[in-house]
Amino acid sequence: MLDRLKAYFARAFEVPDAVSPARYETLKRLMTVLMVTVSVAPLLILTFISHSQYMQTLEGEMENPLESLARKTQAALELYLGERVSTVSFMAHAYHLQTLSDEHTLNRIFLALKSQYQGFVDMGLVDKTGRQIAYVGPYQLKGADYAGKQWLKDTEIRGRYISPAFLGYRGYPHLVIAVHRLEENGAEWTLRVATDTLRLQQIAVPDGKSRDTDVFLVDNQGVLQTDSILYGKALEKIPFQLPHALHDTEIIRKEGDDGRMYLMALCTIEGTDFRLVTIKPVDTAFRPWLALRAELLWVIFGGIALIVIVSNLLMRHLVDRLRASDERRVAVFAQMEHNQKLSSIGRLAAGVAHEVNNPLAVILEKAGLAQDLLTMNKIGGDEKEKQTLVKLLQGIESTVERARGITHRLLGFARRMEVSRQALHIEEVIEETLGFLEREARNRGVLLEADFPEPLPELISDRGQLQQVFLNLIGNALDAQAEFRGKTNEARFIRIRGVTEGQCISVTVADNGKGMSQEVLRHIFEPFYSTKKNKGTGLGMFITYGIVQKLGGHITVESTEGEGTTFTVVLPLTPPDVSGEA
Amino acid sequence: MTKEDIKIILVDDEKQFVDTLAERLAMRGFAARVAYDGPSALKEVTQPTDVIVLDLRMPGMDGFEVLRSVKKNNPQVQVIILTGHGGDAEEQTAYRMGAYNFLRKPMDIDELLTSIRMAYRDKVENAMVAVSLAEGGDFESAREVLKEKDILADRDA
Repeated sequence: MLDRLKAYFARAFEVPDAVSPARYETLKRLMTVLMVTVSVAPLLILTFISHSQYMQTLEGEMENPLESLARKTQAALELYLGERVSTVSFMAHAYHLQTLSDEHTLNRIFLALKSQYQGFVDMGLVDKTGRQIAYVGPYQLKGADYAGKQWLKDTEIRGRYISPAFLGYRGYPHLVIAVHRLEENGAEWTLRVATDTLRLQQIAVPDGKSRDTDVFLVDNQGVLQTDSILYGKALEKIPFQLPHALHDTEIIRKEGDDGRMYLMALCTIEGTDFRLVTIKPVDTAFRPWLALRAELLWVIFGGIALIVIVSNLLMRHLVDRLRASDERRVAVFAQMEHNQKLSSIGRLAAGVAHEVNNPLAVILEKAGLAQDLLTMNKIGGDEKEKQTLVKLLQGIESTVERARGITHRLLGFARRMEVSRQALHIEEVIEETLGFLEREARNRGVLLEADFPEPLPELISDRGQLQQVFLNLIGNALDAQAEFRGKTNEARFIRIRGVTEGQCISVTVADNGKGMSQEVLRHIFEPFYSTKKNKGTGLGMFITYGIVQKLGGHITVESTEGEGTTFTVVLPLTPPDVSGEA
Repeated sequence: MTKEDIKIILVDDEKQFVDTLAERLAMRGFAARVAYDGPSALKEVTQPTDVIVLDLRMPGMDGFEVLRSVKKNNPQVQVIILTGHGGDAEEQTAYRMGAYNFLRKPMDIDELLTSIRMAYRDKVENAMVAVSLAEGGDFESAREVLKEKDILADRDA
């Protein structure tokens, strides 16, 4: 798996060496991924750390108020219950059995109690045998037998007792507070008071308290002692098991049936089996955070999108520039290579020409000698036959002469005029050259145009050689027009245009003749390369190239087959110092 | 055809070329000696010589060395370079070193002859100017001196 992943990445990010579109595509991908990773990773890490940190803080923020609410409520409930128990206990201790067993007295005490404390429902006195010997309240409970009841046993053991809630009078939940009394004279009895749980409810959930928080009491059987928002009315059973009671306040997390997370504070109410449950859904506390998180997420995703877009654009721009510079470099190399090739071809041609000159000289001398012998009557023979031989020898001589023309042109002897540098105006040179060719151009129906949009500066160069250059170029253009009959309705033209380019003058010779193929373009400046069958020596452009080079300039050509050709000659205003090596 | 007593040496490693050329010159009344390399050319120059026709590219000692040596030891001898390897640079060097003319192979024999004659005439004129200056401007006595020194040949022309 890892290996496959590795292989995939290796393939995806392998940068090809060659200057190809794929290379830049990959390079761009690689750089973009790198840049996005480098910028996004810290952002995400930072976000993650901040998030968890914030969550932790938020939970703490949430737990603390919950715990403090639980403790406050616990204290209030303990105080309230403790007070009730103390009141009942006081009465049990203030009166003797005889006093309390009198129902009139009991009734008076009960009414006094009711006037001071709300919620008391009835009151009863249970003797040692478990029989209720006196009772005041809405029921007919006098004589009720509680012998063997658990609450009675608990009361006898612990001295005081608070019962779990039960549904009592008028359908309200009630609970019973009982106090056991052992008199000095040995009398043993229990005072039992029932009270409703409204007050407990009020203490647990005071008016105006946030409805987010559910506070209720529950007994050790899991039965609600007060109403709960989440789990129903009092006396209903809560649907889950509470953990074993601890002495201190305990905070636990719990997932509710509705799938929400709840934070729950549990504490025990001293002296009872009740447990106070304070419960709050976690998400209420997180609601502002969630809103903030949504905004933050937008910012983060927006930021990431921005990073991706900007990286992409930036990398595209960068890679495009890189590609442009690479292409320029390749073009320069190609040009250098081309120049080098031309110069070595030139040297080779010159070498061959040199070597050929010697045998040519021998042939010429031998033929000359033979002719001498014949014409100077050194040998006898028929005069007519001699004349034939002389003609043959003259044929050899003229052929050698032709060969000499080639070698000498190749070696640059054709332009034997001294390299004379002089200040000149290229317009004049071109006009002169056009003068030579005007008649021919007219005959061929070709329009010759010279265009110099601005006066050109003086040029230090060789007039004769420049004439040679433009003669060659314009002559070739004329030939290209002559051979081309493609678009007959179009006017044939040769446009010469000269402009200043920095420290150089650039002259273009453009025609709308037949143009050249790529193959021809590649070889155009090489010696003996001719497209004019049996007509040219193939040296015209070679010599032109050589002259321009020698004058410190350079010549380039652009051409489209069927559209035309443009030669551009760029000449420096002042030539570099060149000693005249051919 | 009048015999012109111009003492010529033809120097070229191309044996066929010099021999043929010498024969053709002879047919035109010029007795030319030949040398096939630099050292033998220098040996020939020790004999009375007017004009040397010298190739540049030769194995061993090349034409420039011969030219330098001749111009040093026999400055009055005229040297015409005749080469198949003549570039502009060689031409300039040759002139700078004192060559009289620079011709390129293959050449027309009349062209060569003209050059030889002009070289000879220049040589004589140079010598006459020099000697007449020495003799106090007396042209006739200068001619005599030159004849005695075998610089000026007896000419019918």
